[in-house]
Amino acid sequence: MLEIRIHGRGGQGNVVAAYLLAAAAIDGGRYAQAFPAFGAERRGAPVAAFVRIDEQPIRRRCQVREPTFLIVQDPALMEVPGTLSGLQAGGTVLVDGAEAGVDDSGDNEIVSIPATRLAMEHIGRPVPNTALLAAFITLTELMPLSGLIDALSERFKGPVLEKNRALVEAAAETVEAGRWREVAHGVGA
Amino acid sequence: MALALEGSQALARTVALCRPQVVAAYPITPQTHIVEGIAKLVADGKLACEMVSVESEHSAASVALGAAVAGSRAYTASASQGILLMAEVLYDIAGLRIPLVMTCANRALSGPLNIWNDQQDSMSMRDSGWIQLYCATNQEAVDTTVQAFRIAERCELPVMVCVDGFTLTHTLEPLELPTAEQVDGFLPTYSFRHGLDPSDPRSLGTLVGPEHFTEVRHAHHQALMQAQAEIEQADADWAAVVGRHCGGLLEVRGDPDARLGILTLGSVLGTLEDAMDADPELPRARFIKLRSYRPFPAEALRKACEGLDHLIVLERALSPGSGGIVGPEVLTALVEMAEPPRVHNYAAGLGGRDLALDLYAKLTQAVLGAERPREFAIIDADLEMLPESDR
Repeated sequence: MLEIRIHGRGGQGNVVAAYLLAAAAIDGGRYAQAFPAFGAERRGAPVAAFVRIDEQPIRRRCQVREPTFLIVQDPALMEVPGTLSGLQAGGTVLVDGAEAGVDDSGDNEIVSIPATRLAMEHIGRPVPNTALLAAFITLTELMPLSGLIDALSERFKGPVLEKNRALVEAAAETVEAGRWREVAHGVGA
Repeated sequence: MALALEGSQALARTVALCRPQVVAAYPITPQTHIVEGIAKLVADGKLACEMVSVESEHSAASVALGAAVAGSRAYTASASQGILLMAEVLYDIAGLRIPLVMTCANRALSGPLNIWNDQQDSMSMRDSGWIQLYCATNQEAVDTTVQAFRIAERCELPVMVCVDGFTLTHTLEPLELPTAEQVDGFLPTYSFRHGLDPSDPRSLGTLVGPEHFTEVRHAHHQALMQAQAEIEQADADWAAVVGRHCGGLLEVRGDPDARLGILTLGSVLGTLEDAMDADPELPRARFIKLRSYRPFPAEALRKACEGLDHLIVLERALSPGSGGIVGPEVLTALVEMAEPPRVHNYAAGLGGRDLALDLYAKLTQAVLGAERPREFAIIDADLEMLPESDR
């Protein structure tokens, strides 16, 4: 089972990101589960959401404590206690940042992409979630990018969907396709 | 084909498939998504139903009551404080034997203020005379909702479908929704023989004095006891349509040969099952998923407990000053067994505390080898947080 934890701030579309990723996995024929950690629902507060993906039906409903992947929507959260908590050895982190880059100096590789900047360019809103998902799917090759577009098409139509499509394509180009494929497939997903 | 759906959105679509004619609700987290979804279907013209936005849960229950009596299939949903505000009307609905369905998106009660999942809200309505069915998964919540309308209308009793708030309602996962044809074939058009009809005027809810009240209560109790057969039948008949069982009154899972049993209500079951299967070193357990809490299936429970040395009753609510709520009832039911298991009663997961995989080891270690039941305990309480006097 692949376990992913998404960290962000209230208003950044954390839960939506978790739902989109799980929906894309389900549409691709896998089992998946997504749910938020419920906390104070106010803008700016640190929040988390969880995604599980597996080939088998998923029974457990506890929070994800030892994720393989972290998706972090605000680089400042990397300094907040708890964000990196429980990350598995060999697990990796995808984080929003000023520039695209890879930091493999520590135990856990960190890939940054300018998700917020790309979102501003393409959809005019500082919401990094869709760009991060596009990068994550490209890095892990868990599913084709079209799975994310399909999941987005459940929420958006017309010109807004087209802008999101362009955002997905631009974000995918900022990372190395398949870089985390081994990590993703090493845990049964 | 399975759809990727959030639990509450799946429930909204399922309720709509049951063709309610009146839905009344006051939004309260976490059931808001359910009635929001229904309201959208009505507004989009996809469901012919009167959606009544009321000013309180007391009114929501009252509107549902009135609508059902006037000849409409009625539905409402609530949780937590909303259930408490409905309490007066919920007793009326049950006592007047009015068939309607509500979802309780289970949540803690104040105070202190807490918005998260436990089951204290529906437990507080245990004695109201409603049928209460607890769902272990969102798929069960979907299938139980359809069954609930048939059970309610055949038994002339209201049914509360209890769905863990957030843990189920806000989880997106693959779910199978029935088709309109499947539901239409299963649920006949609503009819209520004690409904009000201007062409045949009569009263409902008038004063009943000491000369009749006792018999009315007796009949209500009997109706609930007899509803057990209808709950099992509805599950079997629905399974014949969609190929999925919810477990009838209760379901035995896990290791059938285990001498240790764990009884649960609601969504914690899957986590415990996963924990047991993940570690072969841990003791094996037979799981008893209690689906029907009211009526309480004492006979089925005795059968499910045969051969057990220990039975853990795990609850997500408590009766402060006494202990568990379900535990003592289980104990009473098992007294009639020739060799009843020792019953150990614990609460956990109150106010949204995460029930992690290690709960299984914690529970089994607490009771194995015990000569007699230990005292009731909130097993995941961190006593270190409390001053000495409160431990």
